[in-house]
Amino acid sequence: MDRRSFLKTTAATATLATLGLPARAADPLKIGFIYVGPVGDMGWSYQHDVARRAIEAEYGDKVVTSFIENVPEGPDAERALTQLALEGNQLIFATSFGFMDAAVNVASKFPNVKFEHATGYKRAENLGTYDARFYEGRAIQGTIAGRMTKTNKIGYIGSFPIPEVIQGINAAFIHAKKVNPDVEIKVVWAYTWFDPAKEADAAAALIAEGCDFVLQHTDSTAPQAKAQEAGNVYTFGQASDMEAFKPAPRVASTIDNWAPYYVERTKAMLEGSWTADATWGGIGSGMVKIGEITDAVPAEVKAEAENLIEMIGSGEYHPFTGPLNKQDGSVWLAEGETPDDGQLAGLNFYVEGISAEMPK
Amino acid sequence: MITLVKRPTPSRGWAFATPVLAVIATMIAGGALFAALGKDPIAAIKVIFWDPLLGPNAAYFRGQLLVKAGPLILIASGLAVGFRAGIWNIGAEGQYIMGALAGASVALAAYPAESHLLFPAMVIAGALGGWLWGMIPAVLKVFFGTSEILVSLMLVYVAQNFLAYAAFGPLKNPEGFGFPGSRNLQQYASAHNPELIAGTGMHWGVVAAFLAVIAIYVLMQRHILGFRIRVAGEAPRAARFAGVLPARLVMFCLGLSGALAGLAGLFEVAGPNGQITDSFNAGYGFTAIIVAFLGRLNALGILLAGLLMALTYIGGDMAQLMLGLPTAAIQVFQGMLLFFLLGFDLLTHYRFRLGRARA
Repeated sequence: MDRRSFLKTTAATATLATLGLPARAADPLKIGFIYVGPVGDMGWSYQHDVARRAIEAEYGDKVVTSFIENVPEGPDAERALTQLALEGNQLIFATSFGFMDAAVNVASKFPNVKFEHATGYKRAENLGTYDARFYEGRAIQGTIAGRMTKTNKIGYIGSFPIPEVIQGINAAFIHAKKVNPDVEIKVVWAYTWFDPAKEADAAAALIAEGCDFVLQHTDSTAPQAKAQEAGNVYTFGQASDMEAFKPAPRVASTIDNWAPYYVERTKAMLEGSWTADATWGGIGSGMVKIGEITDAVPAEVKAEAENLIEMIGSGEYHPFTGPLNKQDGSVWLAEGETPDDGQLAGLNFYVEGISAEMPK
Repeated sequence: MITLVKRPTPSRGWAFATPVLAVIATMIAGGALFAALGKDPIAAIKVIFWDPLLGPNAAYFRGQLLVKAGPLILIASGLAVGFRAGIWNIGAEGQYIMGALAGASVALAAYPAESHLLFPAMVIAGALGGWLWGMIPAVLKVFFGTSEILVSLMLVYVAQNFLAYAAFGPLKNPEGFGFPGSRNLQQYASAHNPELIAGTGMHWGVVAAFLAVIAIYVLMQRHILGFRIRVAGEAPRAARFAGVLPARLVMFCLGLSGALAGLAGLFEVAGPNGQITDSFNAGYGFTAIIVAFLGRLNALGILLAGLLMALTYIGGDMAQLMLGLPTAAIQVFQGMLLFFLLGFDLLTHYRFRLGRARA
């Protein structure tokens, strides 16, 4: 960068920074959100919006929240984030993995504005990250599915082969296998987070292969509808409770519960104690919630699942506890060993016993 | 009674007036829509059309206008040439993706070597990638008589799968913790397509868009090839008698629009976007079709239409944020623009007459 454009950049940044200065104490705290989907997706973005409204309910006129929905990942996200900062928002939530580089760029231009990025790994002074341990919910699902399956085949609709999803497949399989040594897991990759048509096709393929449980890592209710149509096939709600499919096919759910975290971070802003950190919450902190286990689940299985929720929540049990081998048979975790978070965050292999092949 | 009478030749006056009328009608109908949603229509229209240009913080948004309009104008200029000749390339989105993939592959293969030659090489690769993807429907049309509309459209989905494959496979950032997506080219000096003057939004892609507008204008108005293209579109039989070779024309038009779309993709991936991800394409290739028609398939018209379209995007985002308008309402608003344009086009080709129609 030559000196002239450096000066211009600095001047522009300074102007932007001034505009983003914290407002006077009497003014309400402005909090902005960008969502990757529509708030009506009833899954991922919907749950973030539920949490936004929880902030409003908690703090009333001390806060003003606003959001931009359907923001494509890439330069549009950068503009949307800049716009939120220019509008005087002092705390901004970027609620999709793909907003990561945009959040990093905008955070560096507005040093006085605080940013929170969901599921990413890049951080700065004023950019924190947060994520949920979805695999804890998968352990519960695996246990229920392993106990209840009659065909011993469990289907899993994968979104993308990234660590978060691979954690989920492994956790579901490990816990199904624990209660039912004959169980197999079949994985279909949808390569989308939200596409009802593709998800329905994936569910239909798994059901046709004889799976009587379909777990989904995608956000629409299309797989639930397919399972209902097929009969004798069970599912779990994903991201939101999907209570419309109670008591079957949906026998339980993993709910992304961002509200306690969003309220806590708002409180930190109001008290002036916000600092950037990396939060990875699970059942224990309430970020992952297990929705009602319906009566379609036999009482003893329900009790077993509830006990597992309890043990994971209290920290007594980690869903990845050795001995566990990798798919190729080499040792991953020794007896009683648990992985550290860094290892989990980069997880890129299946555990032993899964016959599916990892897409390259 | 009112009847429609076809004009012997399309009215030039109306051809220029209808886009303006369409914008006004969109404002009125859109305003009514916003009012039905319980928002102040005047405020909404002001936020969409006025604030990004002259409102507070406009300095930032004017730059963003160029960032958003650049690829639209670049792609639409290429498409317009083909559309004038009656050659319908609907697959610019795919050519945009393949251009970006080709250009980014060159950069990532060279990483981390720094060289002044890298960016020009990427530009060539980007154009070639888009050109090749455009040549597939061209060759199939010329030799097997397939419809270029269907083939080019279907190839968009093929390109999207290549994109996902690249983002999860060969182009994945080895230092990305297993997450999908390539390295960020914004952090690779030789490959970066930066803002040429900070804060203006002007990058090489915008420069290329302006150059394309001028080149297409000269081609269509001043060059014999432009004349042939127009004749082929307006009177195919006459064109054949005049010695225009349809096969060559198909190859030229699809190749040109493919190359320009590929360039748009390259400039985007090396600049404002920075990264190959599975969601890299944001629909520019499809929106550019609207821009081409809104601009009357005319180079200067496309320039204005691209800027107008970009304005509705940026203003639309602002309206969402400031007025809480749902994004679907903004999309309906953008759809109205094309709808009214096509509707008012009637006036270009027909005129109204009072009185009974003669049998």
